[in-house]
Amino acid sequence: MSAPVQDHGGFVVELEQFSGPLDLLLHLIREDEVDITDLPIARIADQFLAAIADLGLNQAADYLEMAARLLRIKAQLLLPRHLGDDEWEDPRSELVRRLLEYQQIRELVDWLHHAAGQRADRFGRGFEQPAPDLPPPPLEIGLNDLLAAAERVIALIPEPVLHRVVPRPLDVEGATARITALLAERQEFGWVDVVGAGAGVVDVLSAFIALLELAKRGSCRLHQPEPFAPMMIRREPARAAA
Amino acid sequence: MSPLAQLLEAALFAASRPLSLDELATLDPEAGEAGTRAALAELRAAWAGKGDHGVELAEAEIGDGWQFLTRPEYAETIERAQFALRPRRLSPAALETLAIIAYRQPVGRVEVDEIRGVDSEAVIEKLLERGLVEVASRGEGLGRPLLYGTTPQFLEILGLKGLEELPRLDELSVALHPPAPAEDQE
Repeated sequence: MSAPVQDHGGFVVELEQFSGPLDLLLHLIREDEVDITDLPIARIADQFLAAIADLGLNQAADYLEMAARLLRIKAQLLLPRHLGDDEWEDPRSELVRRLLEYQQIRELVDWLHHAAGQRADRFGRGFEQPAPDLPPPPLEIGLNDLLAAAERVIALIPEPVLHRVVPRPLDVEGATARITALLAERQEFGWVDVVGAGAGVVDVLSAFIALLELAKRGSCRLHQPEPFAPMMIRREPARAAA
Repeated sequence: MSPLAQLLEAALFAASRPLSLDELATLDPEAGEAGTRAALAELRAAWAGKGDHGVELAEAEIGDGWQFLTRPEYAETIERAQFALRPRRLSPAALETLAIIAYRQPVGRVEVDEIRGVDSEAVIEKLLERGLVEVASRGEGLGRPLLYGTTPQFLEILGLKGLEELPRLDELSVALHPPAPAEDQE
């Protein structure tokens, strides 16, 4: 029989002992040998609470609900009622009805268990291994499907990112020579004079690095009047003289 | 035994499932149904009452078939030797749920939960997986809940030929009738 049981970590596991609160209740009633239709609610409620605490079931919702129900019935029975009150309905009646119904189901369970056991003892000709709990879904696939599936998977593989490592084509030395020549020639000149109109990226970079290097050495001074304005290159007078 | 009875015996031995009279009749078209029936009776007589066989000729649960079944007293030993395995036993939770579905079908999960006093979703799911219950119809109520019923497989594992072979509720020691419509309650 199974019932959720609280582990220490708050993890609810199925315990093969009681299949539910009604089962536990029925068990207690049978142990006490009390009349189910005239249930001593106070006693049974106390026993139920003690049992679920013992079994660690006192955090399982189904059991808690039953415990609450028992306590409510117990309280209702304690309320004073007027003699000859025809309206009064036994608060236990609903629970008793459910218990009887459940008892009937348990009786059927025994019958089914017995019947299934008897049949299981007789093997037929076509013995097949009993199916495992979760049979893997049947895989029916043709070669073409398989190939198509493989192709789809391959298509999903991202292209490897290749970096082409190229020898640095920057000609910083050439640019330096060119700028030095310009500096010797003119006091001041523009960026365009250094690289020319149709310069490629490599030329621009080479020229820029050369300019920075020359500026660092103090051969020239770089000047940009305003953001995005063309850069002006001016001979550094002191050093140039030196 | 007549040659036809022997043929039926061989066919029943060879088949991996129970064979019905109609199916057996196809073995020898000339014999016809009557001839096959007579041969089957002969075969049954040959196997009946013989305590010296390990197998028996038994009526199948479904489809009016016939099959050879081993005698129950050998199940234990055969299983221990792992030549055949008995089907997994159903848990009490599964049997409770099956009992409720068998007697109340078509029945929804809410009613099963109510009678059992616990949530039965997982149990019903397992029974569906094992093919013991199926979705029979949908209810009228809110959300049109799924209603479950038992399958031929259910009868088979119990060795029953029909639901009518289940015990009648008024035969039980706790004789309770299914909840009658409200006006019947006293």
